[in-house]
This record gives sequence, C-alpha cells and structure tokens, in this order.
Amino acid sequence: MAERTYLQAISDGLRQEMRRDKRVYVIGEDVGVYGGAFKVTLGFQEEFGPWRVIDAPLAETAIVGSCTGAAIMGLRPVAEMQFADFVSCAWDQLVTVAAKQRWRVGTPVPIVVRCPSGGGFSGGPFHSQNPESSFAHIPGLKVLCPATPEDAKGLLVSAIEDPNPVLYMEHKHLYRRIKAEVPEERYTVPIGKARTHQEGDDVTVVTWGAMVYTAAEAAQQVDGASVEIIDLRSILPWDKQAVLESVRKTSKVLVLHEDTRTGGFGAEIAATIAEEAFEDLDAPVKRIAAPDTPVPFSPPLEKAFIPQVEGVAKELKELIEY
Amino acid sequence: MAIREAEPVASLNEVREAGLDREDLLQIYRNMVITRGIEERGHILYRQGKIPGSFYTGRGNEAASVGVAMAMTAEDVGTPLHRDMGVHVTRGVEPWRIFAQYMGRRDGPTKGKDGNVHMADARLGMIAMVSHLPAMLPVATGCALAFRIREERRVAVGWFGEGASARGDTHESMTFAGTRRLPVVFVCDNNQWAYSTPTHLEYATEHVADRASAYGFDGVVVDGTDVLAVYREAKRAIEKAREGGGPTLLECQTLRMEGHAVHDDAFYVPKELFEEWAKRDPLERFRVWLQEHANMTTDEEEEIGGNVKKLLNDALHRAEESPLPDPSELTEGVYATPEDLDTPHHK
Repeated sequence: MAERTYLQAISDGLRQEMRRDKRVYVIGEDVGVYGGAFKVTLGFQEEFGPWRVIDAPLAETAIVGSCTGAAIMGLRPVAEMQFADFVSCAWDQLVTVAAKQRWRVGTPVPIVVRCPSGGGFSGGPFHSQNPESSFAHIPGLKVLCPATPEDAKGLLVSAIEDPNPVLYMEHKHLYRRIKAEVPEERYTVPIGKARTHQEGDDVTVVTWGAMVYTAAEAAQQVDGASVEIIDLRSILPWDKQAVLESVRKTSKVLVLHEDTRTGGFGAEIAATIAEEAFEDLDAPVKRIAAPDTPVPFSPPLEKAFIPQVEGVAKELKELIEY
Repeated sequence: MAIREAEPVASLNEVREAGLDREDLLQIYRNMVITRGIEERGHILYRQGKIPGSFYTGRGNEAASVGVAMAMTAEDVGTPLHRDMGVHVTRGVEPWRIFAQYMGRRDGPTKGKDGNVHMADARLGMIAMVSHLPAMLPVATGCALAFRIREERRVAVGWFGEGASARGDTHESMTFAGTRRLPVVFVCDNNQWAYSTPTHLEYATEHVADRASAYGFDGVVVDGTDVLAVYREAKRAIEKAREGGGPTLLECQTLRMEGHAVHDDAFYVPKELFEEWAKRDPLERFRVWLQEHANMTTDEEEEIGGNVKKLLNDALHRAEESPLPDPSELTEGVYATPEDLDTPHHK
C-alpha cells in the first residue's frame, strides 16, 4: 500500500493496464507530449510511444468514434475527454453507435471514455458539469463515478476489462485533494456495487463522487446523528439492493448529487425507493441537488449552485427530527 | 495532392492489368444481378405487406458497391450503407438472411432488432450502419487506426453519401485520418440527392472529392455506373493505403434511381435526369461490355440469370420460414458479456 492521490490512482491504474495488456491504448487531446490537461497521462508517451498514447486533433467525434472501430478490431481504447463537458460533442458516437451495437448486431464495443467532471473551482458552464445522468438514461452504456483513490484505480481497471462502452466520470475536485492508501498490485472493483462510506442508523445518504465528502462533513455537523452514507460508485448499473437495504434499516433517506435536480439520477433513486420501500419509510425521500441552471463561474454563484455542507447538514437534521 | 477524374475502362487488357480474370468478371456481373434482384424482390415483399416500417434500395448504385467490395481483400473491413447492398452480397452474406432481415425475422443478422439495411455480418468483416450518417466514418477510421497500431497490412473502407458529407463526422474523420495517414478509403456514394436535397444545397465545390486536398490526401472522381472503373480506382486506393500511402477520397457518381425510400416517388428529380441516367444503367452497361469485350455468350448470361433467380426464390422461401422474434428476446443482449469478446475480430 502507498498513499496516492485520486489522480495518481487513476494514472497508476491506467499505466498498469497498459503495461499488462498491449491492446490498451490512450487517445485524446494533449494526452501525449503534454501528459493531459490534468497530467493523468504524464510520462505515458515516453513509456508507451506515440501510437499507444495518441495526441488527437480537437475532434471528440473522431476520438470516440475511432475508439469504437478500434475496439471492434480487438483493441481496448481509453479515450480522454479533456473535460467531461466536451463529451457532448461525442454524444452520437456513444449513444447512437457504441451503446446499441451489441444489442442490434451482437458486436461488443469495449471502450472507456474518461470524463473529468464536476465543479468547485470556477470552471464555469463548460468546464464543471456532471453529465452522468444523461448517459445513465442510455441502455447499453455503463457509467461510473468513483469517489476514493482505491475505487478510482479499481473501477478504471474494471472499466477497461468490461466488454461494454463505459463512461468513467472522474471528479476533478478530488484529483489532488483526496489522498488514501491504495494497493500497488492490480485489482478490480466490481461495477454495479455500492460502497458504504460510513455506517449509521438514523438516516441514509445516497450519493456519489465529490458529494460523498460533502455528506461526510455534513454528518459530523449534526450532533449525535448516526448517518449512513452509501457511495454508489456506479450509476449505471446502480446497486438498488444496497440502497434499499440501507433505507430499510434507517427508514429515512436523503439523495444527494452535484448534477442538476430535474431528471437527475437522484430522481430515479427516489422513485425506486418510493416503489419498493414505501412501507419502510418514516419520512418523505429528500433530494438535494444543484438548481436547474447552468454551472456558474463567479465564486458566490458557484457556491449557491453546488450543494454545500451546511445545506446538507440542515436537511439531515430536519430528516432526523421528522 | 490532386483531384483526378478517372478514365472509363475500355478493354479487357486494362481489366487484366487491374487484376481481374474472366471468371472474376462474371462473378462481378453475378453479384450485381443478385444485388438488384434482392432489392426488386424487396419491393414485392413490401407491397405484399411483409416488410414492416420502410424499405430502402440502392438501385443505380450496384456498380459502385460491388466494384469497391471486389477490390477489398478478405482481411479488409468496411462500414457499408443503405445503398450498398452489393457490398454485403460480394462479401458473402446469404440472400435469405437479407430477406429475413427485411421482414424482421429471427434469422436476419439483427434478429429483428433492427430493420432494412441496418445490418452486417461481423464474420465477413463488416460493421453495421446506423441511421445517423456519416456516423460510421469515425468507426471506419478507428478500424484503420487499429491496423496502424498493430502494424497490420489491412485497410478499412468507410462509405458515406454526398448528403452526409455536410456533417462534422466527415470532417473529423478525414482530418484525423489525414494527419495520421491511416489506411482508410473514404467512398462517397454521390447519388445526387440527399432525400429531396440536390447537390448544390449540400456542397459548394464541383465535387465532394475536391475536399480531399484540404485533408492532405488524394481525391478521385469516378463514374459509379462503370463497375470496372470503380474497381480499378478502389483497388488503387486500397493498395495505396495498404502500402502506407494514407487515405483516398473516392467519389462514385451515380443517380439514385428511386426515391429516398419506398414511400417517396422522387417527384423533385427532373424526369430528364432519370431518362439520361437510365441509359447508363450499371447492369446493362456491364452486360454489354461483357458481350463485347469478354465474349460473354447468351448461354452464360442465361445461366447466371437462371441461377440467381433460383437462388433468390429459394432464399425467399427460407426467409419466410424463419420465425418472428419472441417478445422475450427484446431485453436480450443490451450488454455484452466477456464471452462475447470471443469474436473473429477480437481474437
């Protein structure tokens, strides 16, 4: 075990897979000579050469679309979107081509698209988004949102191994802020299994990504509260069982995400709890999400947009007292 | 980098130089007859109410599709479109499976999950198209990228129409393929009409192939009704790509001889244009050429015609015996399993 940042863990996982499996290659804007906008692939081109760490033109459609072709030819491409926001330019290739090919004609498309997502540092409307909910609506895709360094590495390895198109949402605000012990050897983290970030009896928080830490801090601010935090880790497929089990234990639930509210994945979770655990609830399901606006630039506006510790603590208190 | 307008093929000698013997020529003719026959029978099936949804054909494009496919080797791959039935036929898709696909039966390549020409047999090196044209060009480019990474002497062929040339996928694919000199050939089926939209509203250059020089590779314009000229130019482009010479944009000029789909009577296409291009019917043109230059006898011609008729009649019967999918199959196969990776390409 060694202490690694979230970003180092991603980098380690990717490098390990590239060393192990010659079929794995990286493609994206500035991933080669520059090492990626966030330096996830720093030094990769020196080690693996320009044909396995490919500097692409500014062309997300060609980047993701070419991954599909190369994957069908037997390679294991890992594309980097410079920012998750830019994955919109590759929507068609993911949603129209990659997601449907297995179902339509039996052809698996094992690609990974890394999407540096999330806000918290004045990235503005086009460098801060969390597009996981949009893709969670697409049958045939898988969507991952790791929160810890250990999961960041293990889920990336699982994503590369997976025979399907996987969107790997890595939260930029966790890159250098979050450090933890990470096994040095290769390991996988199962896709579709939630992780209990902390156990508790009074209320359940279902969340993922950077909000796991917001929830944990908020829980500490509520005196004497026993809060269970379920880190989904995987949005599509999602661990319904783990959520329902926790809800049955605590009878109160707060669904928390950084993406906007309407049609956000929290709505799916809340609806499922209402359908399948209504009788177990002692309070209405609460949701905290960003308001339905684009992500703002100026710090006070951004603070009003991203769910904050104080707001989460207040809701937790109200839920507990309900 | 230059745009070249290809010469028509004149003599049997030229054809031999391009690598075809007499047997190949008869095979090309046979594939074109099968291609048209499949689509003519498709029309009948549609009128009989046996084809759900809509129905698309590539009438007028038989030479372009068969000509390019004949120039590919078995290891080459491609992403043919809805006017390219000749590619599927040339690669060896059995006609009965195509009829089953048309009718939404379980034995079609998509088992009823998708319709019409949205199909391909991966075992034959083909990747199934989607409706969003030209979304398959980035995919073909990616196949070429894989060949380049693995240093394989294989080539990918990506098809698109002159209408789809307006979309960004075309630009991004050609930009990427050009910068990396990838072994890909971009084949433009220019049939002059994108649904009802004429070429002057789709692009402002004389030819789609004019753009090739902007991407740093060669553009070639060829008469898409001359199967041997198409073959020769496709062969040149494919072998050039195989030798590391980078992409080519090959534009095959034809006229879409029917509506966009079966519901469309193409009232917007001038009658004179249809009359003019009907005189250049690719099948008739090649039939006459074979008689004049390759001594195709009436007996040979009749034998091919008779064999194809029997092939397609048998295929129709077999396809009609194929069951419709069971509703329970709807949810099968949304996600791949690790075992699915055990495909010809993935090995």
